This record gives sequence, structure tokens and C-alpha cells, in this order.
Amino acid sequence: MKKILITSLISLMLATNVSADTDGENNLSKKNSGEVKDCFESVNRATFKFNQVLDGVIFEPVAKAYRILPSPVRAGTGNALDNLSTLVTIPNNILQGEFKKAGVNTGRFIVNTTVGVVGIFDVAEKIGFPEYEKEDYGQTLGVMGVGPGCYLVLPVLGPSTVRDTAGSFANILGGDAWYNVTVANDTQHFSDFDYYASRASSGIDFRAKNIDSFENLEKNSIDFYASVRSLYLQDRQQKIANSNAITETQNDSDWEEIEAQ
Amino acid sequence: MRLKKFLIFTFIIINFVGINQSYSIEPDVFVQSTVNRASEALNNKYSKEEKIEKLKQIASETVDINGIGYYTLGAYRKNISDNEINQYEMLFEQYFLKSFSSRLAEYSNPEIEVVSKEKLNENYTMVSSILVGTEQRPEVKIDWRIYTKNPENPLIRDLIIEGLSLARTQKEEFSSIIQSNDGDINALFSTLKEFIK
Repeated sequence: MKKILITSLISLMLATNVSADTDGENNLSKKNSGEVKDCFESVNRATFKFNQVLDGVIFEPVAKAYRILPSPVRAGTGNALDNLSTLVTIPNNILQGEFKKAGVNTGRFIVNTTVGVVGIFDVAEKIGFPEYEKEDYGQTLGVMGVGPGCYLVLPVLGPSTVRDTAGSFANILGGDAWYNVTVANDTQHFSDFDYYASRASSGIDFRAKNIDSFENLEKNSIDFYASVRSLYLQDRQQKIANSNAITETQNDSDWEEIEAQ
Repeated sequence: MRLKKFLIFTFIIINFVGINQSYSIEPDVFVQSTVNRASEALNNKYSKEEKIEKLKQIASETVDINGIGYYTLGAYRKNISDNEINQYEMLFEQYFLKSFSSRLAEYSNPEIEVVSKEKLNENYTMVSSILVGTEQRPEVKIDWRIYTKNPENPLIRDLIIEGLSLARTQKEEFSSIIQSNDGDINALFSTLKEFIK
């Protein structure tokens, strides 16, 4: 029943996404994150404010406390969490046709989970398995040509788009092996707590790594909400393009236009 | 006589070419030199106020503030009066210098290494650099969009940090303010004035 509900919800979201895309104004491939529609802006802004309050009360203080931990402890925690996220990256590598990366990531996961003590030490990097970018189901949908749809701000989870939110449902529909062995199935080895604790720790780890950047951005933004929206959409565009080449993600025509001034 | 004329002509040409070459600045050299100046300004021997003043001075000399201002205003610049454009230019410069200097003043002794450059066209070269990581933060990739229309005076037009363009973010921020006030440019002016205070 739960699966039927989730599948129906995803279908509805993707249907909305497709219809939102047909107006031709919100496709990230046009290299302009500004063209993604903020269809629910007033609700999004309210959720954003709620998240800011939550961040100020819970996440920021916890992230600051986390930063007090010795650097090797934080690095080890970050590595272990990255290792778990590989379980979502591998199927997405395959879905995107990146078989070599899928192979390397599988090797990384096996080596780091065993020799690297549940991923605390990135042994794989040292023996020649390079770390690749993380992939998720939202990115895979993007690579397959699904447009981002409207911009969304989710309670607690933060910025997203209709496509990325729909993509993340795949994790709980069997697409995340870590979720499968903790929450979805009673394996006797792990509990629901392990999954939710790892997700919360990922959030804290991310927040701690970016604490100064966020503070700086908030202090120097004249519309913080719009800044975060722009940065999120640019980031997703770059991740979907799987490219570090700036020339492929930046729109030069905008710059050339001002020459006429 | 002909030989004398030829020699004088050759001498003038060589000097002219030589002068031009000696004043042309390579974009990567320009970025490294700007970064070195900024690093010096961020040295802990200066107070925060001194750092900000020094950074403002560097930005005034190395950043195309007017160009970024036009880019940031986007399509709206076509629909406003000359008077409003003048007002915008004045406000944007103050906003930019304050925002730029206070963003950077938080860093102390940043170490940036220029890695490579890529000429996009006659007007732009992208210079890639790395902000060396510390115990507190990971390594950060920074790309610089350098406006090279005048090769003797290259100027910074954008910083792209880990693929995220600051100019584009600012453009979308300005656009959001104007849009949420029914296209009224004065709403942006008021917000800028509030920030500059």
C-alpha cells in the first residue's frame, strides 16, 4: 500500500514536471538556472524561513559542536558517510551508462568497507581507485532528459526541484541498498535508527563543512532565499552535466550582450 | 637615402610592436598578481577595517564593476531611463565594493594557486585556480572570468566557485527583488541603499 501511494505520488509529480516543462521556459539545459520556475514561491519562502529557524536552533549549534571534534574524527565520519552514499551512486552510474565508474565505485565500496573499517579510511584512493562525483536518481532523471520542473523548498531537507524530489523517492522504493537493509527489511543486523542517524549525520557533516560559507552568504545577500535558489540550481545543472568544464555550464551570450552597452 | 628611410621605418615598427607587447598582460599573470595583492591585504597584521579598505582599492582597480553591474541588471537595463541607469551605476558600485570586501575580509592569508587558462574568445579568458585547503575547509576550485577586450588592462568580470557563478547568483538575486515588487526598479534601489548603509 505504501509503495502504491509513493508510486502514485511520483507519477503525479513527474506529470506536473512534464507539463511544467512543455512551456519551454524551465529547462536547465538552457544553461540558465533563472529559467526554472519558482511556481510555489510564497510557500517556498515560508518553508525556507522555517528551515532557517530550525537551522538556527538545531543544525547550526550541532554543526558548530561537531567542528570542535578533532580533524581526523571528522574526516573519518565524512569518509564513512561518503562510503554509504556510494550505494546510491553505483546504480545511478549504471543507469547513466557509466559502467567504468560503477565498477570503480563498487571496488571503492568493497575495499573501504572492509580494509577501510566501514569506510572510515579511504584506502581505495591510496591504491588507485579515484573518488568520483556522487550521483543520485534526480541527476539520472536529468541525464535522461527529464526537466527540473518547479523549484521546491522541502521542510528540513531544503532546496530541491520536482524532478529531484521525485528522484529521491527511488531511494525508498528499493534504490538505496542501505535503506533496504536498515528500514525496508528486518535484517537483524541493522535498525531503522542506523539509517536515520546516518542521514542526520550527513546533514550535520555538510553543514559543518559549509558553516563559514553560509554565514558569509547570508550576511552579504540582499535576498538570501534567491541566492540559495540560484546556487542550488547551478549546482544541480553542473552535476547533471557531469562536467568540470566551465564553458559547458556558463552561458556566454549573457556576457556578450552587455558589449552593446 | 632609401636605406636610411627603411631603417627609420623599421626602428619605429619594432619599437611600436615592442611597446604593445610590453604592456599586454597575460590573464593568468594578472590573476596571480591580483591574488597576491589580496593575500597581502588579508594579512593578519591589518585590522578588519584596514583589510576592507585595501580590498576595496584592489577591486576598484581590477574588477569591471560597471560591466558586472550591467550584467547583473539583466534585461531590466533596457527599460529604465538614463537617470535611473546613472543612479544604478552609483549604487551598484558602492554595493559591490561593500559586498566584495566583506565577503573576502573573513579569510586570513588565503593561498591561491593559478593552475591554467583557457581563451574563450577575444573578449574573455577563463583562468582556473585552486584555493588551497586547510584543516577547517576543503580545497576550493575558483575560476576567474577575465575580460580581455583591452589586453593592456584585463579586468575581472566573474568568479566561479566550484562551478557556481557569483555574477549569475547576484543577477538572479536582483531579478528576484525586482520581480517580487511588480518590476519596480526602485525596490532594488531601496534594497541596495539599505545594504550600503
